[in-house]
Amino acid sequence: MPVLPDRVDRDAPEFAARRESLLEMLAEHDRQLALANGGGGERAVERHRQRGKLLPRERIELLLDPDSPFLELSPLCAWGTSYTVGGSVVTGIGVVEGTEVLVQAHDPTVRGGAINPFGAKKQGRASQIAHENRLPVVNLVESGGADLPTQSEIFIPGGSGFRDLTQKSAAAIPTISLVFGNSTAGGAYVPGMSDYIVMVEGRAKVFLGGPPLVKMATGEVSDDEELGGAEMHARTSGLADYLAVDEHDAIRIGRQIVRRLNRQKLGRPPASSYSDPLYDIDDLLGIVPTDLREPFDPRDVLARILDGSEFDEFKPLYGSSLVTGFGQLHGYPIGVLANARGVLFNEESEKAAQFIQLANQIDTPLLFLQNTTGYMVGKEYEQRGIIKAGAQMINAVSNSDVPHFTINMGASYGAGNYGMCGRAYNPRVLFTWPNAKSAVMGPAQLAGVLSIVARASAEAKGQPYDEEADAAMREMVENQIEAESKALFLTARVYDDGIIDPRDTRTVLGMALSVAHNNPVQGRRGFGVFRM
Amino acid sequence: MAAIRRILVANRGEIARRVFRTAREMGIGTVAVYSDADADLPFVGEADQAVRLPGTSPADTYLRGDLVIAAAQATGADAVHPGYGFLSENAAFARAVVAAGLTWIGPPPDAIEAMGSKLGAKRLMRDAGVPTLPWSESVEGAADVGFPLLVKASAGGGGRGMRIVRDPAELASAVEVASREAAGAFGDATVFCERYLEAPRHIEVQVFADTHGNVVSLFERECSIQRRHQKIVEEAPSPAVDADLRASLGDAAVAAARAVGYVGAGTVEFVMAPDSSYAFLEMNTRLQVEHPVTECITGLDLVRLQILVAAGEPLPPEALAPTMSGHAIEVRLYAEDATNGFLPVTGTLREFDIAGGVRSDSGVESGSVVSPYYDAMIAKVIAHAPSRGEAAARLAAALRASRIHGVTTNRDLLVRILGESEFLAGATDTGYLERHAPAVLGAALLDDVGRRHHAAAAALALQAAHRADAQVWSRLPSGWRNNPSQRQHVVLGEGDAEIRVDYVIARAGSIELAVGGEPVAVQLHSSAADVIDASMDGVRRRYRVAAAEGTVDVDSPLGSSSFPVLPRFEDPSHHVAAGSLVAPMPGAVVRVLVEAGATVAKGDPLVVLEAMKMEHTVASPAAGTVSEVRVQAGQQVDSGAVLAVVEADAES
Repeated sequence: MPVLPDRVDRDAPEFAARRESLLEMLAEHDRQLALANGGGGERAVERHRQRGKLLPRERIELLLDPDSPFLELSPLCAWGTSYTVGGSVVTGIGVVEGTEVLVQAHDPTVRGGAINPFGAKKQGRASQIAHENRLPVVNLVESGGADLPTQSEIFIPGGSGFRDLTQKSAAAIPTISLVFGNSTAGGAYVPGMSDYIVMVEGRAKVFLGGPPLVKMATGEVSDDEELGGAEMHARTSGLADYLAVDEHDAIRIGRQIVRRLNRQKLGRPPASSYSDPLYDIDDLLGIVPTDLREPFDPRDVLARILDGSEFDEFKPLYGSSLVTGFGQLHGYPIGVLANARGVLFNEESEKAAQFIQLANQIDTPLLFLQNTTGYMVGKEYEQRGIIKAGAQMINAVSNSDVPHFTINMGASYGAGNYGMCGRAYNPRVLFTWPNAKSAVMGPAQLAGVLSIVARASAEAKGQPYDEEADAAMREMVENQIEAESKALFLTARVYDDGIIDPRDTRTVLGMALSVAHNNPVQGRRGFGVFRM
Repeated sequence: MAAIRRILVANRGEIARRVFRTAREMGIGTVAVYSDADADLPFVGEADQAVRLPGTSPADTYLRGDLVIAAAQATGADAVHPGYGFLSENAAFARAVVAAGLTWIGPPPDAIEAMGSKLGAKRLMRDAGVPTLPWSESVEGAADVGFPLLVKASAGGGGRGMRIVRDPAELASAVEVASREAAGAFGDATVFCERYLEAPRHIEVQVFADTHGNVVSLFERECSIQRRHQKIVEEAPSPAVDADLRASLGDAAVAAARAVGYVGAGTVEFVMAPDSSYAFLEMNTRLQVEHPVTECITGLDLVRLQILVAAGEPLPPEALAPTMSGHAIEVRLYAEDATNGFLPVTGTLREFDIAGGVRSDSGVESGSVVSPYYDAMIAKVIAHAPSRGEAAARLAAALRASRIHGVTTNRDLLVRILGESEFLAGATDTGYLERHAPAVLGAALLDDVGRRHHAAAAALALQAAHRADAQVWSRLPSGWRNNPSQRQHVVLGEGDAEIRVDYVIARAGSIELAVGGEPVAVQLHSSAADVIDASMDGVRRRYRVAAAEGTVDVDSPLGSSSFPVLPRFEDPSHHVAAGSLVAPMPGAVVRVLVEAGATVAKGDPLVVLEAMKMEHTVASPAAGTVSEVRVQAGQQVDSGAVLAVVEADAES
């Protein structure tokens, strides 16, 4: 088997410089994660604890199998917005009683766990991941429902959350709600639409309308317990299937339910034994430049994430700025498409289209390692049909049925983002390295284009062009685009599933591959018409 | 006498295994008998054939000579080895064995009987010129014996029917009490007064005699360290015996054996004063527990010699001209709590693995159950080395490195004795454990730092086991988080206390770990469910770990420990199901069994309802106080009606 070589000079000054630069970015990322973990702030957390309640991540930790890994999704959702970073909800993929599950936990320290537009988007994404990967869903519920001041943005689209729950149930994907506190109004339908409901005695409150609303609507006088207490639901309404004495007990029952789901993975199991990569994944920090203009060889990345550093490269001599080939990752076969020198030419596009079809023929998942500035522009390439070639690649990506996994390692610009399975192309997961950027084009190019168009327009009207204003405009646009291209900006909007430390890439992909194999991996045998 | 082809061992545990081993080596078949409590012990499975003795008590099983002989006949055994204890010194049984046409691997019944009477034996010995302690068979003669003196039952043994008298005024009552005790225990009220030596050395001589007139001494053993008249440390030779004294003791012992026409293996016990004067104590007409130390220094197999002699052969030349080399020490490993009055302990040995470099004669193995019915000795561990100091060191090291879990043993006490300066100086006598309090000498070898390290190792091994057992993601990093918010933890029990171990295994195996909130610097070299190789606070050690059924056992050069692993979630059966005191269905109250203010235990019936022709008892969900009774007999209640309210006690 061809083994990738170790070509990294760890003593080179560039290696140390890149490493330092990336570590700085990771430190910033860690600071933002700490903010997210702080929930609604010290006072809110303190108040929550004084009620004897656990924080959402404490509930999750208790739910998971001891010492099992947990992949939190979109932890920095709503970063840089007026909402609390994290989006008042925690989502992630973990293991409960040996079963991979999707966990969602409201953060009641953030505005009572009310759902804002960002949180709704994050939950929607988590729900999609659960559905695509056939993951049972465990909801750790404590939410006052919609964040009322932003109701206009979530009320109408937000209904999909309840639809998703019941459609999961219809698809035999179990849904479990452990209700720790308020779950009222629209929030009542989260447990309401679940297969299994556990409520914590004296804490869970599940009703459509609380005492004030009921009084206003019908004049009836009632209290919380009568309307939606856990005991009432366990004994009278029957909405609660299990009455838990406290939070720990609810989580114990939740684990018990998952154990009895008897989940079986339908996909092929991973190889029973396999080798780790030969080289230290820590090297990635010194390999990956934070300056996106500096190219790097994705084989140096593959050598640190593939089993045994083994990679069977496909068509190495053709379309060489895209690396394609087969390997294995944590025991699962995988096909790789990785940008080598940024630009996608006609040959690269055709090679990609062919490779994606091959992977579908042999039911092999695909990994996209993005570092692309887009498809080549220019007379020569247009005349040679770069649009047709790009269309072939996008056709293949769009209609491929094997699971796709995308890592944005650096640049993801223009239609290259599409061809390399960007967010709109529904990869099972998409993670971003902290140095990565994504936009329709680079900030300088975009500003330059605007400037050229403006200048041409002025000239056409015979007006003098204001060079000073042009410079100011270019600077402003460049800054705006630069900011909006950054990983943090993108992750805030759930355009990825999270920013990861490059050193965690193999681990994250190992989890994603395992999760994807809850379904059989079945490639598409027929594709759309390829424009030739 | 005929050659022996198949031996039944009328005994259990280690001595049965010991006899089987030699029998196998000699090409002789083996038969075990076993009580119900012993059905799963190794000696049963190791025998070629085994016969069940129904019941558990010794009286129903190993003391049933008739059943034993029937077992021999049923299995075609042609010889019976009695081991020690049980029927080994029972002359009637020996006669019955012979009468059944079987070979008795032991001394002639007459010799057993002669030595069985202490008084008779003393007389015989005095007549044979063996030194004896002055005694009197009457209260009046006691003044000549001198005080302190010991009132002893003639038929006694094991400390029963014995009284030490220091004040002549107490003599009469002591005789009366001892006499009554002896009558009750042995059916013979005969007692006598014997001069009592304060804390003498216990020296005994192994003798061997054949049917061809040969009687030899196989040198002495010293067994001075005793608890409650039971030996726990035995050695050969004695540090207090030189060549001349050895010859003198040997001559006395041989004379004693000849005096009763002895055949086979026997032990003549002496007490020895600090001036090296010695006196006959008693003769044990069987193979002794501590025979291995003699085997070690002489190179002889005493069981083999017993079998040869029983088959009528002369003692082989190596036994007739015995030599000794080096020094051997044996310790008896008991399932007992040395720090708590040597209380016997029962249970399942989760782990039983005696370290190498020593001889281990054990009756158990990992998984064996130590039952309450028989002697609590589970193994003998013996070291043989060129010198006494080396033997002690080797034995202590082996005991330290042994893995014994599930049942408390006296291991730590034995290790401490083997390193104690008086013992190492050879200054041992029967008062040793009175001078050295077992509560102190028997305290756990593991200190506080060691316990912290063991708790850390336990947590890391449990973690490794979790990963190894994981059905998915098992090769992914342990406890990996892309957004770490807290550490993994496990709570271990230690007595009534809890030890919480928090840890994070970070990138490249670096570990952040705290035991009870205090950080421990850990560097993990390798981890598996059964062994943790780690440097803790700067010292690298290997920690052997075994986790099963909620307990984790740790062994390292620091010592041993066992921690229960406290479950993450409370057992739901401990929960009080709130509101259980409501009527489960509509019905009539038949009886109200409590009044307000009554104290109730969990499960106490409170109210009886009748519905659908069936009675339903509503019981208290917890221990507590009945604060309210809301119904009376005859009343109809609806489903869900509150019948009574119980305020649970604070802790329930």
